[in-house]
Amino acid sequence: MTTDIDATAGKYLRDKYAIIGVGETTYTRGSGMTTRALGTWAIKNAMDDAGIPASEIDGMMSYSGNDSTASPMLAGDLGIRLNFYMDVQGGGSSSEALIGLAIGAIEAGMCETVVVFRSMNGYSQVRIGGTGARASVPVGGDALHSAAYGWFSAGQNFSPTFMRHMYDYGTTPEQVAMVKVIHSEHASNNPKAYYKQRVTVEDVVNSRMICKPLHLLDCCVETDNATALIVTSVDRAYDYQQLPARILGVAGRVCKPRIDMHFQHGPISTVAGHYIKDLIYRNAGVGPEDIQCTGAYDAFTFTSMLQLEDYGFCKKGEGGDYVSSGIMRLGGERPNNTSGGHLCEGYTHGMNMIIENVRQLRGEVDCYCPLDDQGKRIHSYNYAEPAAGGGCRQVPDLEITQNLGWAMPGTGSSLIMRKG
Amino acid sequence: MPQGEYLGMTLTVLDLDNENLAYFQHCADHDFHLQQCADEDCGLVRYPPGTACPWCSGREFNWVPVDARGTVHSYGEVHHAIQPAFRARAPYMILLVELDTQSGVPTEHEALRVAGNLVDADGNFATPELVRQVGIGSRMRMVFADVAEGLALPHWTLDEEAEQPESPWRYPQEVNGV
Repeated sequence: MTTDIDATAGKYLRDKYAIIGVGETTYTRGSGMTTRALGTWAIKNAMDDAGIPASEIDGMMSYSGNDSTASPMLAGDLGIRLNFYMDVQGGGSSSEALIGLAIGAIEAGMCETVVVFRSMNGYSQVRIGGTGARASVPVGGDALHSAAYGWFSAGQNFSPTFMRHMYDYGTTPEQVAMVKVIHSEHASNNPKAYYKQRVTVEDVVNSRMICKPLHLLDCCVETDNATALIVTSVDRAYDYQQLPARILGVAGRVCKPRIDMHFQHGPISTVAGHYIKDLIYRNAGVGPEDIQCTGAYDAFTFTSMLQLEDYGFCKKGEGGDYVSSGIMRLGGERPNNTSGGHLCEGYTHGMNMIIENVRQLRGEVDCYCPLDDQGKRIHSYNYAEPAAGGGCRQVPDLEITQNLGWAMPGTGSSLIMRKG
Repeated sequence: MPQGEYLGMTLTVLDLDNENLAYFQHCADHDFHLQQCADEDCGLVRYPPGTACPWCSGREFNWVPVDARGTVHSYGEVHHAIQPAFRARAPYMILLVELDTQSGVPTEHEALRVAGNLVDADGNFATPELVRQVGIGSRMRMVFADVAEGLALPHWTLDEEAEQPESPWRYPQEVNGV
């Protein structure tokens, strides 16, 4: 399918922009530093990865829920003079949307090269689940229709969608648990992952019940971390030291007809991916059959499954079969979240899954395989645990990846990239 | 400004929040009302309270009484509460009850799905024994928890007069008897 890409197509800017550098901090619970320091660390890592000096970056974007530090501070720290910056409100699915907006800013002539970052002490300061001091704040206005019912955290908010999928399609807890099982296998070969321990279906379904249908191990791991990536035009992308990951298409915060959390517009077991697929595949010029590796946002095991299903990687209602079949395991037909994702590597609001796919497309994913004397990794493609002689997580012959970003059942984003 | 303590939480409706003020005043009167679009070609009822019609964008509306009975469309069952107010109530159910009124209108999968907790007929949070009886398909009626003058929260209890499904659909795994 890549052969018929028209790189001159003005309408969609298909294949004209790329991600040239990626970076992150160590995933911890207790970073011991500010989001300003974390953000600086991640951006510097992305700059070093690309081999780009501060003088050649002139745009910066970030998203947060008032739990971060804004672009001007970080740019100032790093000696980056900005022609454009924008810090927006947002959580999951913002990463892909901001990459699209970065392309727009460059295309409009506002700047030339944009850093997108997310910095969060998601465990030690502002926990996404709303635990801690935030759980005790007064409830008023529209929240009287949700928080007043103890319907508050992401897991609680999404639970009617997850539950209804089980009712509508016979999806079982054991099928969905396989998302965690597979992501834990991937994480075991990821030196950066916060949780590297492989788990079984029994481990998941016997873990503590949080909010039916979510057990503890159906939920992602809150961490402190910052993540960053650098977007520029393909004209400039090859001036830097990494093979660019070229952007075929992007969709940002696409919504179902009613995005309220009360699910007035059904079927409530259908998520925003149902609408995104009509936009992203047209713009990217590929279809789900062309995607070799996915990054389906795993705030919960269910979010990966629901998205993969609604984007058309399987028939509607067959998501349970898809995620438990082994298709999305390393070595399978279409691996998902090869870093271990939010369930195991760390929670970043989607950034780490894009970073992972960029590295996968370079063929340079960081695993336990040894480096050659040029610093290139010699991949074994043995996906067993390191202790069992494996430790690899590179997908062979990879050309096209897709990220499926989740905000909530009614909103999502997507990004399709190809090897540069 | 309606404000009161409820389960140890402070609940507030701001004086300029006209839509929520009217909604919760009707709840305080134990007389469920929703907004109906005033456009004569539309006339659809909406939930939760909003500032325009989701189907025709019309800004004019009237509050109309709505029969507060329906069927559990889906639910969440919280075993690990996050808000301190709810820790003593866990496990508790968050119900999404599809009203008989306007079900499948204007399109097949649209409906008025009204949130609330599962409570007994007197408005007390459900015991584990009661939680076990409720699932997708259960027939429910609304009861109100009074909070303050001008503010009550709608909740759901099993409708004693309705024919209940033999076994409503529940999540297959029981934990601590629920």
